Amino acid sequence: MVYFILKRLVQSVFVMLAVAFLAFSLFRFVGDPITQMTGVETSVEDQERLREELGLNDPFVAQFARFTSNMLQGDFGFSYRTRQPVAEMIADRIPATLELGIVALLISLIVGIPAGVYTALRPRGAVTQTLLMTTLIGVSVPTFVIGIMLIFLFGVQLRWLPTFGRGGTVELGGWETSFLTVDGWRALILPAITLGVYQLTLTMRLVRAEMMEVMRSDYIRFATARGVPMQRLYYKHALANTMVPVITIIGLQFGGVIAFSIVTESVFQWPGMGLLFLESIRFVDIPVMGVYLVVIAFFFVIVNMIVDLLYVAIDPRLRVKEAT
Amino acid sequence: MIAFLKRSEGLWLFSRSPAVILATITTIAILIGAVFAPWIAPVNPYDLASFSLFDGLLPPLWEDGGRPQFLLGTDDQGRDMISSILYGARLSLLIGIAAMAIATVLGVSLGLAAGYYGGRFDAIVMRIADVQLALPAILTALLIDGIARGLLPADVQQELRVWVLTLAIALSLWVNFARTARASTLVQMNKDYVQAAIMMGQRPIRVMFVHIFPNILGPLLVIMTVDLASAILLEATLSFLGIGLPADSPSLGTLIRIGMQFLLSGEWWILWIPTLFLVALVVSINVLGDFLRDVFNPRLR
Amino acid sequence: MLVIKDLAVKFPNRFGDVTAIEDVDMVIKPGEIHGLVGESGAGKSTVGAAVIGLISSPGYIAHGELTLGDTDLRSLTPEQQHAIRGDRISMIFQDPQTSLNPLMTVEDQLIETIQTHSDVSYSEAHKRAVDLLEEIGIQNAKERIKAYPHQFSGGMRQRVVIALALCTDPELIIADEPTTALDVAVQHQVLDLIRELADRREIAFMLITHDIGVIAQVADRVTVMRNGKVMETGETKQVLGNPQHPYTIALMDAVPPLDEKIARFRLPVEEAQAQAVADKGVKAKEWLLEGEQTPPMGLDVRNLTMRFRGARTSLFKKPESFTALDDVSFTVPGGTITGLVGESGSGKSTLAKVLTGLLTPQEGSLTLGGEELPLGKARGRLHPSRRLTQMVFQDPYSSLNSRHKIGYILAEPLWLYGLIDDADERRAMGAAMLDLVGMPPDAMDKYPHQFSGGQRQRIAVARAILARPKFLICDEPTSALDVSIQAQVLNLLKDLQATFGLTILFITHNLSVARQMSDNMVVLRNGRIEEQGPSEQLFSNPQAAYTKTLLSLTPTMPKEWRQAS
Repeated sequence: MVYFILKRLVQSVFVMLAVAFLAFSLFRFVGDPITQMTGVETSVEDQERLREELGLNDPFVAQFARFTSNMLQGDFGFSYRTRQPVAEMIADRIPATLELGIVALLISLIVGIPAGVYTALRPRGAVTQTLLMTTLIGVSVPTFVIGIMLIFLFGVQLRWLPTFGRGGTVELGGWETSFLTVDGWRALILPAITLGVYQLTLTMRLVRAEMMEVMRSDYIRFATARGVPMQRLYYKHALANTMVPVITIIGLQFGGVIAFSIVTESVFQWPGMGLLFLESIRFVDIPVMGVYLVVIAFFFVIVNMIVDLLYVAIDPRLRVKEAT
Repeated sequence: MIAFLKRSEGLWLFSRSPAVILATITTIAILIGAVFAPWIAPVNPYDLASFSLFDGLLPPLWEDGGRPQFLLGTDDQGRDMISSILYGARLSLLIGIAAMAIATVLGVSLGLAAGYYGGRFDAIVMRIADVQLALPAILTALLIDGIARGLLPADVQQELRVWVLTLAIALSLWVNFARTARASTLVQMNKDYVQAAIMMGQRPIRVMFVHIFPNILGPLLVIMTVDLASAILLEATLSFLGIGLPADSPSLGTLIRIGMQFLLSGEWWILWIPTLFLVALVVSINVLGDFLRDVFNPRLR
Repeated sequence: MLVIKDLAVKFPNRFGDVTAIEDVDMVIKPGEIHGLVGESGAGKSTVGAAVIGLISSPGYIAHGELTLGDTDLRSLTPEQQHAIRGDRISMIFQDPQTSLNPLMTVEDQLIETIQTHSDVSYSEAHKRAVDLLEEIGIQNAKERIKAYPHQFSGGMRQRVVIALALCTDPELIIADEPTTALDVAVQHQVLDLIRELADRREIAFMLITHDIGVIAQVADRVTVMRNGKVMETGETKQVLGNPQHPYTIALMDAVPPLDEKIARFRLPVEEAQAQAVADKGVKAKEWLLEGEQTPPMGLDVRNLTMRFRGARTSLFKKPESFTALDDVSFTVPGGTITGLVGESGSGKSTLAKVLTGLLTPQEGSLTLGGEELPLGKARGRLHPSRRLTQMVFQDPYSSLNSRHKIGYILAEPLWLYGLIDDADERRAMGAAMLDLVGMPPDAMDKYPHQFSGGQRQRIAVARAILARPKFLICDEPTSALDVSIQAQVLNLLKDLQATFGLTILFITHNLSVARQMSDNMVVLRNGRIEEQGPSEQLFSNPQAAYTKTLLSLTPTMPKEWRQAS
């Protein structure tokens, strides 16, 4: 088991390195950092001097090594557009995106999992058919359309909820949170639902498919043949086994939620990392783009490690060796 | 007729499901409309001379102020909505189908080969896929777009817009195909007919494409429909974000972005009509995809 | 006591209602082991499912009586039905690996079952569970009960399954192919266990199986089914030894005996006529004989060793390697059939893969017809042995590419080896070969899924022969087939071998089949050869302990039962 975890750790490091490499290549090959930073007036000699100072003439590997070590120390370079340290810019935005993502994920799980279980256990009911139809639409309607519709309905027609921005936030030791004010929550609801809908439909379909598969397995038949009460059968036996593959996918999804927030943040003008990234694309602000990549990959890797640990905790086959 | 339908299980299921029939009709209708747009549409919305500001902001026919030559109204520039939508759908579909085709060819070949050869090649392909999975589709697409922006001089950018977009979307979708193809291939590799073919001394290419490939088509078709929907959505999202197709050669996504400006004012048709079209198209494709999935996996019915 | 009268079960599908079983009558008394035997599609599992109320939807009981003791099973509500399950009727399935919830310990699963049906405390239930495990032969039950299912070996797992079925002390246990997935020795133990339970606890057993030997060993009475109907029923000795119904007679004729070798399987008259290779497929026969100018080729296997590297499980320890074949040497004399017998895990599939070049052994050499065979990767795609060695596989459902038409499948070896240049002629030869193996010529344009398992194996044999091979490897070619179909295919192989002087290596786990087919025998166990020699000698006078054990533990019908017919 220890070996399994170590192996996953090594894989994660590999993924991070690969992404860092990608980000670094962006830096080096797309556009010239010097011209971005200095502007037209600076003389050629000055530019050359700057190039030397920043070590831009060193061999590729050396630069990459420096880049990586800088990153590990928290130095992410400076934005071409605002000249601010990228680290600061991103740190400012992380709370907004994370809170949005967590609430969206919670919505998708709290609604999605029970819905998936229900539709798996009652495959022919009218409620099931309606739910399935709804999920089909949920998967097909683009996130931004859902956002727009929600804005239209709740913001414009009914005027219940604000249509952009974060509303009232409270500063908690460096972390600006929406959770502590009613105003904050009112602003958070619509974007969270928008972001969560897609995840919700995916979760529901996944849980449904896996659960139906599990219900068909031999051990469920055997447990039924033994007279195990149906409720216990559904939950302790079927659902528990369904969760094993579902957890992996959910882990993957969370990584997706963080990235999908780009669209939602754009529709609702939510000041998160996604919006920042979007602006950086528009202005070809390479440092921000590159760092955003690395941050996303990092989240993804962390979440996956947690999922793997959960996996090991749940499935005894991974903990204890098989008999020969 | 009934007997014929019953004989093919797929066709039988098809005929019993009104939703699927509706979806197919919708998809085909939009497809035809898009393909034949230059001939069907009343005007060419890209032709700057074909519209004028004076015709701007006209509502659809059934509202006050509507005019018969603009059945669904016009946008702020005076462009006819029907034409915009037909041409927009054309672009959306063009990019979506092209991206899906590229992703399919790339993903399936790599997946097949990875499954067949195994070993290092397989490991490498899977590592690349893993890394790419850490970055969701939107991200990849945006990245490639950003890179293209940085690399290409400004004037070339406009012309290559469509290609950059297609490539960006294709590169974010190939992983799906590769994984599915690889998984299916691995299953087939264990089957005796593949072992027999290898044992008899047949060439690897032949074993992969004559023997294995026809047997993995099922799941691949499902992925193709699902990914077509994803590709179209992706393009629409990118255009909506302003990174995709520009306003003078708009796709459905761009039209929606333009329409968003009028959300609060009252010219609802500029926003909702393209939206309706887009949603109808994608929902239909997904319904078809679901249907195919049910046909190929009867146990889930 | 279980009474079934006039039971019928139907399954609706888009063409209407399909009858799965009808007119089924059966009586099982307490303490009786009642065998329910039949080939695939006979409906035996459906009978069991109907009794316990677990018919897979959308099937339903169309009519009939089902009584257990005083209870009319059909008049129960779903809740009452579910309450009876486990309490009075229990069921166990074929595969112990998938029958147990992998996430729960054995302890939890047992206690849960016990507490469902009786109002006892946790500690009382725990005690019962431990006692039960010990009773059915799991040592150290107190500790082992805390383990997870995957920590038990196959035989032990099936015992756990039996314990779970027993723990509520039911009146009737339905066992659906309980020993089919088990090794011979383990199977013997489990069958003994079932006998003991029936005797000691007076539990009635419905033993569903396709294995006549199992029935012979342990069943008191037996019912023979075919296509959903009961053919014959009665005392085991009577039905198996002196069958009355023509189907049972034909069935018993097809069962390969363990204790003697017969020249050919007796087949019902019509089928026998269809089988005679002598007057069929003349064209194919001529063409094949044309190619048979060279003398039969023998295979020499010397010191073959094959090791697999295991998966890494720890950072510090090197992965364990697994030796699949250990210094294996034997000879297959040209023009004869050599049987290779081994249980699962013995290495026989690995050996087949090494012989065909799919795997590269670490040590050893192969000689075919006097010439050295390159091993594994070294054997080029175009090496002549690719044509000279052909194989018939075990699973008829995966050995033919389901997306190719039969005509295409048959033409492939002719095209690949350049045996016939003209496409039309290739097609004609394919059709001729179909004729030779007893298949109708219109099969050429059909797809594999349109044929039954036995027919597909014939096609597979045809494909193999079309390459004009000298050496044929048959890897469990009939293990997936019904007994009567098996008899046909085995007859076909015998005839082909006799006519064309093929050298055959016949791999199987079934000793009876091996005896019928082989001139020489090799017994494989855990990668090592336990014994080898002329077949009759090995069977009548086995030397190795393992061979003796195998022979004595294989369930079979005693010779005394078979009357002269």
